[in-house]
Amino acid sequence: MKNSNKKTIKERTYSWLDERFNLSGLIEFAKKKSVPKYRETIWYYFGGVALLLFIVQVITGILLLMYYQGTENSAYESVKFISTKVSFGWLIRSVHSWSANLMILSAFIHMFSVYFLKAFRKPRELTWYTGFGLLVMAMAFGFSGYLLPWNELAFFATKVGTDIAGQLPLIGKPILELLRGGEDVTGATLSRFFGFHVAVFPGIFTILLALHLIFIQRQGIAEPEDWKDLPDNEKKYIPFFPNFTMRELLIWLIVINVLAILAVFFPWELGTKADPFASAPVGIKPEWYFMFMFQSLKFLPAEILFLTGEFVGIAAFGIAGILWFLVPFWDRRTPKGKRNTIINYIGIFAVIFIIVLTILGFILD
Amino acid sequence: MIDKIYSSNNEGGKTKRRDFLGILLSGGFLAWLIALIYPVFKYLEPPPVEEAKVTSVKIGAVEDMAKDSGKIIKFGNKPVIVIRKKTGNYVAFSAVCTHLDCIVQYRKDYGQIYCACHNGKYDLNGKNVSGPPPAPLTPYAVKIVKDEVIIHAKEA
Repeated sequence: MKNSNKKTIKERTYSWLDERFNLSGLIEFAKKKSVPKYRETIWYYFGGVALLLFIVQVITGILLLMYYQGTENSAYESVKFISTKVSFGWLIRSVHSWSANLMILSAFIHMFSVYFLKAFRKPRELTWYTGFGLLVMAMAFGFSGYLLPWNELAFFATKVGTDIAGQLPLIGKPILELLRGGEDVTGATLSRFFGFHVAVFPGIFTILLALHLIFIQRQGIAEPEDWKDLPDNEKKYIPFFPNFTMRELLIWLIVINVLAILAVFFPWELGTKADPFASAPVGIKPEWYFMFMFQSLKFLPAEILFLTGEFVGIAAFGIAGILWFLVPFWDRRTPKGKRNTIINYIGIFAVIFIIVLTILGFILD
Repeated sequence: MIDKIYSSNNEGGKTKRRDFLGILLSGGFLAWLIALIYPVFKYLEPPPVEEAKVTSVKIGAVEDMAKDSGKIIKFGNKPVIVIRKKTGNYVAFSAVCTHLDCIVQYRKDYGQIYCACHNGKYDLNGKNVSGPPPAPLTPYAVKIVKDEVIIHAKEA
């Protein structure tokens, strides 16, 4: 009797929960989880960084919802109100915008590291597919969220982006009208984008994210390709908990501080209110993660053979995207001892293409 | 008799009847599914907006606009660019870039119509001369009646 009374509250809570939910099983599982320790371990943290930034997006997004109004006549004014009148409103909005950008950046880094480390190979194809889905959703979040302040830049970005969707054969027009809520970008478009941004996309994203994380838990973290031939005593691991987790948390701390610095010292601008009867401003540019596609379209001539230039460009990006998505299908293992260099060259080409065109987009007029 | 029918699983009649029921049920399920989804699709299709048919817009006196300048006017719910050339003549075009739907502007420095989104350029006849635009801008007619500039939609 005396013994059980001596148990601390923490111990008693634990045994209460353990009795009902078998916590020791979970802890056993967590203890077994490990992360390979080698030259490239640093890349294993970026998925977690993207996850942190998604959590920041959910929190700041909910905070913005307290004041934001998604109509043509009040959207711009409500964002202005948040930025100028609400205590720390400017900070919440700035964090939301910066975090969105950093999230997409981390997701890109995560994706390319998975690609180059060949972590998408059997049995992790579905993790790759869900991850690709998450990146597409993140960009859809970015595109729809960009319109919500209803400013000039957003207005034209939305016109162009939805018009590109409208170029698709047959289904283009219905998709365009579905997105815009009519033929033109109007208040109806704003309502729809608001709905996508705060209801539809979070739902889809959450499901994909849950699958993505469940797959990783079930299969464990990918080991480098050349470990297959290595004797067990030469493989080094660090335990997922607490070693890897603590390091990840340290990186999260750094990321939160970087985010705070960016948000405070480079607050996101609001620009001027959208006017459907004003010319597109000179020097208009899309968000950086669409820049490489935007810049490529600028380089294409009006017509290529009998097709319009932009159609060729869009089709090329569409096909490239699908091929990228399907990489677990067309990637072929090379005979033992040989490296599959083609897949690396394709990846390096993609990275260089994206970086060069992004830079060109920012320095050229 | 009944016993015989129900116990004779191997006989053709039984399987056919089951197949028939299968088709009926799955067909019914499909129809039911369509009946559920159809309203959602139709709901998402925006209803047509009642537009007051605009055939002409008055934009003011001839001397209201400076020579070598342009402006965007509302033509119903469409933007139209009106340009007064150096010569003093007026021209008007749809202001919607034929490339990706941006709104064009008159650039004095180029003496051309310019779209800032993707560097598209049109001459003062509305013809696409450089950059990605695939087609010329739709022209509007300009009439001057008693010193008043009136923009008309051209009949197709």
